[in-house]
Amino acid sequence: MKLTGTINVVALLVAAAMAIPPLAATEIPPNERRSGYTFMAPDTQAIQDDDTANPGMLWVLDGEALWKRKAGAAGKACADCHNDASATMKGVAARYPAFDKVLGRPVNLEQRVNLCRARHQEASPLAYESRDLLALTAFVAEQSRGMAIAPDATSELAPFVAKGRDFFMRRQGQLNLGCTNCHDDNWDKHLAGSAVTQALPTGYPIYRLEWQSVGSLQRRLRNCITGMRAQSYDYGAPGLVELELYLMSRAQGMPIETPAVRP
Amino acid sequence: MRKRLAPTRRRFLGLAGSAATISVIPIVSLHPAEATPETMAAAIRTVVGGAVVQTGKVKLDIPPLVENGNTVPMTVSVTSPMSADDYVKSIHVFNEKNPQPNMGNFYLGPKAGRAQISTRVRLADSQKIIAIARLSDGSFWSVSADVVVTLAACTEEVM
Amino acid sequence: MASALINVPKKAKRGDIIEIKTLMSHIMETGYRHTASGQLVPRDIITSFACRFNGAEIFRADLFPAIAANPFVSFFTVATESGKFDFEWIGDNGFTETASATIAVE
Repeated sequence: MKLTGTINVVALLVAAAMAIPPLAATEIPPNERRSGYTFMAPDTQAIQDDDTANPGMLWVLDGEALWKRKAGAAGKACADCHNDASATMKGVAARYPAFDKVLGRPVNLEQRVNLCRARHQEASPLAYESRDLLALTAFVAEQSRGMAIAPDATSELAPFVAKGRDFFMRRQGQLNLGCTNCHDDNWDKHLAGSAVTQALPTGYPIYRLEWQSVGSLQRRLRNCITGMRAQSYDYGAPGLVELELYLMSRAQGMPIETPAVRP
Repeated sequence: MRKRLAPTRRRFLGLAGSAATISVIPIVSLHPAEATPETMAAAIRTVVGGAVVQTGKVKLDIPPLVENGNTVPMTVSVTSPMSADDYVKSIHVFNEKNPQPNMGNFYLGPKAGRAQISTRVRLADSQKIIAIARLSDGSFWSVSADVVVTLAACTEEVM
Repeated sequence: MASALINVPKKAKRGDIIEIKTLMSHIMETGYRHTASGQLVPRDIITSFACRFNGAEIFRADLFPAIAANPFVSFFTVATESGKFDFEWIGDNGFTETASATIAVE
């Protein structure tokens, strides 16, 4: 179901004015939203619940070590500026992707780490999906565990949220499917043996059983989009960040679960 | 580990719709080896020798329909007083359709207190899992479970 | 870099049956996967795991490629006295890792 041009503009204006964007025609009502956790079998939930049995915690611990490690020509560690992450990073992941004034567009947590490395540590960027970058983002995001997802309400982000929403709603690819067709219209059903969830990224970077490793939201999205038989974005592409931004705004108010475990 | 269902179809679908790929070596499985009920029986014989394996005492907790075959939580427990003269010496787990029949051997003793182990296993296909316990009196006890494994709906074409 | 996560209760009463949970970072490459060009990716797994308490072995496991990556193994033991648990993982390509944890038993 497509929004007409007029309704789209009104929605944008209302979104800019309010912290919570209005529902697109087929979006899940806020009180019906469920984390991907609730779709999992109890055995899998148990893996996430126990910090000493959750493989994602191995990356969090790695990230904790990296946080203190000096890097780059400036010879600084994250801790040198940000001190104790459990205090300074609390709530950060809950409001990412966030607007970067210099670039004039939203950046995700991975990009923020690399921007910090470039701007403040004079260090080369960590490759997307590298162990170090996943460890650092898992560590930072874990500091927000339990906190409500609260994307920045600044009006600067609104047009990017709208672009992300457009992508989510648009039919595309060889199967002429839009993300919304499964994740809004059929989330209580199954695709083959797998539950169709609501596309609410509450626990990223996740330990995905399919990967047997921790991975980012972008990895999952590239996987989803290719799964739809549509042209996927490169890592770090603005379009992918916009989609991340929209998905996080979709999950607004839900608690961060990083490091989540998902099938 | 990759499931062996229609590997060539997966590769075709994988190559069909991809954009820029991550710069790691793409890994696919081409018709991997497979255990059979016979090789599983042979592996079991290596452990129990000619002894009779009775059913009972052992409990195998494994989801009947797995979330994902790459990581399946499994718990094996054996009813036993775990006293100095009546305890579980070891637990052995086998399968019939992975490339190898053995999955894990776990060695306990009277000081274990409870004959129970948990781990996470890989299952290549829907199959039967067998857990066998060796007791201190030399007897063997077993239990089996049938597990359904489906291919994840949206898998990556490259790792 | 953290390699292992161990969960051992810090204290227990004599005679308590306690659960020990262990998680080790490892890819557990099965040796059955192939690259797109058809080359076999060689096996690289942890093959054995052992736990000693105050020097005496209390638990041991043989692991095979069927054990999932980042192997999780949990088992039980009776708390008899205060002391130190030593954990050891040994695997292909000379892999060896150790960890330890102490317990106070009253």
